[in-house]
Amino acid sequence: MRYIHYILLPVFCLLIGASLNAQSKKGVEDLKTIQQHKFDHGDEHDHDHHGHDHGSHGHDHSSHDHSGHKHGSHDHAGHSHGKHAGHGDPCGHHDEKYDPTGTAIHHISDANVYSILELVRIPLPTFLYAPKAGWEVFMSNKFKIGHHEDGHMSHNGYVMHHGSVYRVVTPGFPLEGNHEHDCFTHKTVKDEKGKDKVIDYVMYGGKEYQLEARSTFDGGILGGGITSFYDFSISKNVLSMMLVALILFFLFRSAARAYKQHPNRAPKGIQNFLEPMFLFIRDEVAIPFIGEKKYMKYLPLLMSIFFFILGLNLWGQVPFLGSTNVTGNLTLTLVLAVIVFFVVNLSGNKDYWKHVFWMPGVPTFVKPLLAVVEGMGLFIKPLTLMLRLAGNISAGHIAILSFIGLIFIFGDLYGTMGSSIGTLLSVPLTLFMLAIELIVAFVQAFVFTILTASYIGAAIEEHEHH
Amino acid sequence: MTGTLAAIGAGISVIGAGIGIGMIGGKAMDAIARQPEASGDIRSAMILMAAFIEGAALIAILLSIFMS
Repeated sequence: MRYIHYILLPVFCLLIGASLNAQSKKGVEDLKTIQQHKFDHGDEHDHDHHGHDHGSHGHDHSSHDHSGHKHGSHDHAGHSHGKHAGHGDPCGHHDEKYDPTGTAIHHISDANVYSILELVRIPLPTFLYAPKAGWEVFMSNKFKIGHHEDGHMSHNGYVMHHGSVYRVVTPGFPLEGNHEHDCFTHKTVKDEKGKDKVIDYVMYGGKEYQLEARSTFDGGILGGGITSFYDFSISKNVLSMMLVALILFFLFRSAARAYKQHPNRAPKGIQNFLEPMFLFIRDEVAIPFIGEKKYMKYLPLLMSIFFFILGLNLWGQVPFLGSTNVTGNLTLTLVLAVIVFFVVNLSGNKDYWKHVFWMPGVPTFVKPLLAVVEGMGLFIKPLTLMLRLAGNISAGHIAILSFIGLIFIFGDLYGTMGSSIGTLLSVPLTLFMLAIELIVAFVQAFVFTILTASYIGAAIEEHEHH
Repeated sequence: MTGTLAAIGAGISVIGAGIGIGMIGGKAMDAIARQPEASGDIRSAMILMAAFIEGAALIAILLSIFMS
C-alpha cells in the first residue's frame, strides 16, 4: 500500500486523457453534423481557416446559428450535409487539428480579461482612446467573453478576439452600441514582400468585417501594425503587476514592523523567508559590486528589481491561476531596462565616460574604434537585460504549454488511447519543467539584479591613476 | 525558406551558447574542487558569465525570429 500513488498517478492520467479526448471528439462530432464546405472568395489568399479553434474542446454553437447566412456577399461553393445543410455558415467549419504554436502564443499573450481555467472570467476595466472617436471606458464583460476568450458582442465598434480588443475597419459595421456577432475567422495572405500575413475577420450578419491589427505601441516594428486606437486598459498583466506589488508591500511592511518592534528577537514567520534573500542581495551582490561606501544609495533599486521580478516570475508559475506571463513580456522588461539604463548612465562619473569615449592605456589609433564599440555597448547592455529576462520566462511558459499540448497532439493522432499516453508523458514532463522553471525564476531575478549592480559598479568605480 | 534558415541559425547559436556555458560550468566545478572555500564567489561569477553568454545567444535567436 505504500506505493499506491505510483499506480494511482498513471490511472489518473489515463482517465484525464480519455475525458479530454472524449470532449474533443464530442466537439468534432458536433462539427461533422453541422457541415463542411469549401469557401471561395476569389481573392489571392492561399488557404482559409475558419472559426479556428484548437480542435480539443467541445464548442458551443448556439450563438452561431442565427444570422442570415444565405445573404452573405460571398459565393459559398462546396458541399454540405447534416442538419444545418445549406446555410453556408463559415462558423460551422472548424479546424480539427490541434495547433500547438497558436495555443502557446495565445496563452503567453497579454489579455483584456483574466480567465482562470476557462471557468472564471474576471472582467477588467478597458480604456480605449481613438483620435477620431474619443475615449471609451467600460468593463470588458461588455464583450460577453466566451470560449478561447472570444467575445460575442461588439461594443461601439470594438470586438474582443483571443483576449485582445480589436477595432473593425470595414465600413458598415455598427459603431454605436452593443451588437451580437458571430465567430472570428482568419485568412493568410501574401503581403507585398511575399511574407505570409494573417488577417482576422469577424462575422456579423453573414458578412465578413476585417479587423485591425492588434494594438501595439511599438509602431509596427514587431508586426502588430499601427492601430487607429490606443489601448490603455488595465490588462491581465497590469492587474498581476498591481497584485504582486501589493503583496510585496504587505509582506515587507509586516516584516519591517516585526524588526522594529522586536529588534533583538530571532526572525519569525515571513522574516525567515525574506531575510536570507535580502541579506544575500546585500552581501553578495550590492557590496561586492558597488562598494561599501556607496551601496546604500542603490540598495533600494536593487531590492525593488529583485523582489518585483521574483514575485512576478513566481506569480506566473502558479498553476491554474491565470498563468500570466508578465516578466516574459518585452514591454515590461523594456521599462525595467530603461530604468537601469538611466540609473547607470546618470550616475556615471568622469572616469566612466572617459573609458567609454577615450579609453586610456591603449594606442591612439585604437581609441576611436573602442569609442564606437563602447558607445554601442551602452545600449546593448540594457538590451540584453531586456531580452534575457523576457526570453527565459517566455521560453519556460512555451515549454510547459508544449508538454501539455502533447495530450492533444497524441489525441489527434491515435484517439482516446493516444491522449491517455500523451497525458502519461505530459504529466511528468510538465512537473519537471515546473521544477526547472522554479529555479529559473530565482536565477533570472538574481541575474538581472547582479548585472544591474555590476553596471552601476562599473559606472561609479573610482580608478586609481598612477 | 527563410523560416527554415532562421531555425537553423537559431540552432547554431544555441550550440555555441551550450558549448560556452558547458565550459563555464566545467571550469567552475574544477575551481570549486580545487578551492572549496571559495565556492560562493566562484558560483556568482559563474552565473554572471553564463548570463553574458546567454545574452549573446538570445540576441541571435531573436534576430532569427524577426528575420524569418
